[in-house]
Amino acid sequence: MQQVAAFILLRNILHRIIFALKSVNMRKTVSDLLLIDNKQLNKDNFLLKLQSKTPLSDIFPGQFVNVEIKKATEIFLRRPFSIMDVDYENRTISLLVKILGRGSKVFTEYIPGELVSVIFPLGKPFTLPLPNDRILLIGGGSGVAPMLFLAKICGLKPEQVHMILGARSATDHVDISEYEGLANLYYATEDGSKGEKGFVTHHPLFTHQLESFDKIYTCGPDPMMKAVAKEAYKRKLFCEVSLENTMACGFGVCLCCVEDTKHGNLCVCTEGPVFNINDLKWQI
Amino acid sequence: MADLSIKIHDILFKNPVLTASGTCGFGKEIQDFVNLESLGGVVMKGTTLNPREGNSYPRMAETPSGMLNAVGLQNKGVDNFVRNIYPGIKDIDTHFIVNVNGSTIEEYIAVTERINELEKIPAIELNISCPNVKEGGMAFGVSCPAAEAVVKAVRKVYNKTLIVKLSPNITSITEIAKVCEAQGADSVSLINTLLGMAVDAEKRKPVLSTVTGGLSGPAVKPIALRMVWQVHNAVKIPIIGMGGIMNATDAIEFILAGASAVQIGTGIFKDPDIFEKTISGIESYLDRHKLHSISELIGKLQM
Repeated sequence: MQQVAAFILLRNILHRIIFALKSVNMRKTVSDLLLIDNKQLNKDNFLLKLQSKTPLSDIFPGQFVNVEIKKATEIFLRRPFSIMDVDYENRTISLLVKILGRGSKVFTEYIPGELVSVIFPLGKPFTLPLPNDRILLIGGGSGVAPMLFLAKICGLKPEQVHMILGARSATDHVDISEYEGLANLYYATEDGSKGEKGFVTHHPLFTHQLESFDKIYTCGPDPMMKAVAKEAYKRKLFCEVSLENTMACGFGVCLCCVEDTKHGNLCVCTEGPVFNINDLKWQI
Repeated sequence: MADLSIKIHDILFKNPVLTASGTCGFGKEIQDFVNLESLGGVVMKGTTLNPREGNSYPRMAETPSGMLNAVGLQNKGVDNFVRNIYPGIKDIDTHFIVNVNGSTIEEYIAVTERINELEKIPAIELNISCPNVKEGGMAFGVSCPAAEAVVKAVRKVYNKTLIVKLSPNITSITEIAKVCEAQGADSVSLINTLLGMAVDAEKRKPVLSTVTGGLSGPAVKPIALRMVWQVHNAVKIPIIGMGGIMNATDAIEFILAGASAVQIGTGIFKDPDIFEKTISGIESYLDRHKLHSISELIGKLQM
């Protein structure tokens, strides 16, 4: 147990160094990964665990994979999914897959033992917090995935990490019990069936304590991220969001997934998906 | 082992597989997946005189066996290419070809003149077929007098290999190809994307910000093959074929229909290993059919 903890600690320190050097070891690869687990979490969300034959390169929260849905021959393009967890020792990547259309649906029907062609790691990750930062993570729907990953590897003490998870109803929340020790968790549901009633931005932590945070990170539906960004922007707080523009290649050549930013049209797949709100042209 | 090299005008390509413009950036962007020196050539992202932001998002719609794009020639302009991109590619051992675009003949000429100065760029692909820009672009490729004027003007200022990229959005592609040949083009490449459209029934809106866009992918392959075959029978200059190529068999089909070389574009979005697989697949096809050289196959469709 101690060895595992030491390993994780060492890994986190290494991550910080690599991250500080910025994308030195972020070579993208296309490989066939073995699906070793596919667990339905609730009606629309599945947790898929993929294993690599070779050691994994460094992967950071906010980065994503682009998956070929070979079993649905009518689906031409790959589908991007954000990364929820990485286990370097067992060489696995966990993806939280929400059914949004035919592509994601067929992906959730894959059975363990099947090979999946995956391009990874893609995109620029969230900025890691500083050792003394107090951070707020806000996840909506399948946007909880990178928030949990960030909570896990940010290297902060649990009392520095606060996370609000939003969903329509209690049954839409995914079970994240194994992450409970990493952060102070708060819930919001639109129907009030779990945690506070309303949107994440109605949660007292958000409405009353927002300024106590050094960094705010969010991933989820656009309206939610815009509502978060608006309040953070007003108070001049550091805030990063993760965008989901429709993409074709995922590695910066087709120029289809662009976001209109203060620096012109930028590819969400290579210049994002994580953006600082100050760089976006959101009307907030 | 069979000889994969082919000649287009005075350029010897180590194999007939090139990247298609607009799908592989300037080459460097795909280096994690592709050894650029294993390619016949790299046709780079469309370049204009001035920087262009391209069209608004959404610019892409997935369609059956393909996709529509409406990128609209987003690029940082020819100065940026000469200053910042060219130095990084000039020593890579493959042929880098610049895809030249313009809204006016003067712009085509200005870009071409800048590229003409670059020692390690052996050819340009004159794009008279982009369907996603308001001015110029495809307008030059869908009328014989317009194509004639632009090819003639560019030929005057360019003394290296001139490839003209043709539009399929036209009644007779052979007429345009003949005009290009008559005006001194050394080769034609075809096809650019087909003008198409996607509708979101739920929102009752077009999917693309520009309403229409260019269709690519396997969906267009039969049309591309037909056009390569028609042009092969109409002109003597070599043809570079493209449109929905996903593997070596597709590439061989284009070569049989009359293409001397092929370009792969949209296919890389699905399979970044597509170049390596296609090149080795062509090699094994030649071995299996006991052919010594890929040139023996060009236009050898048995009727």
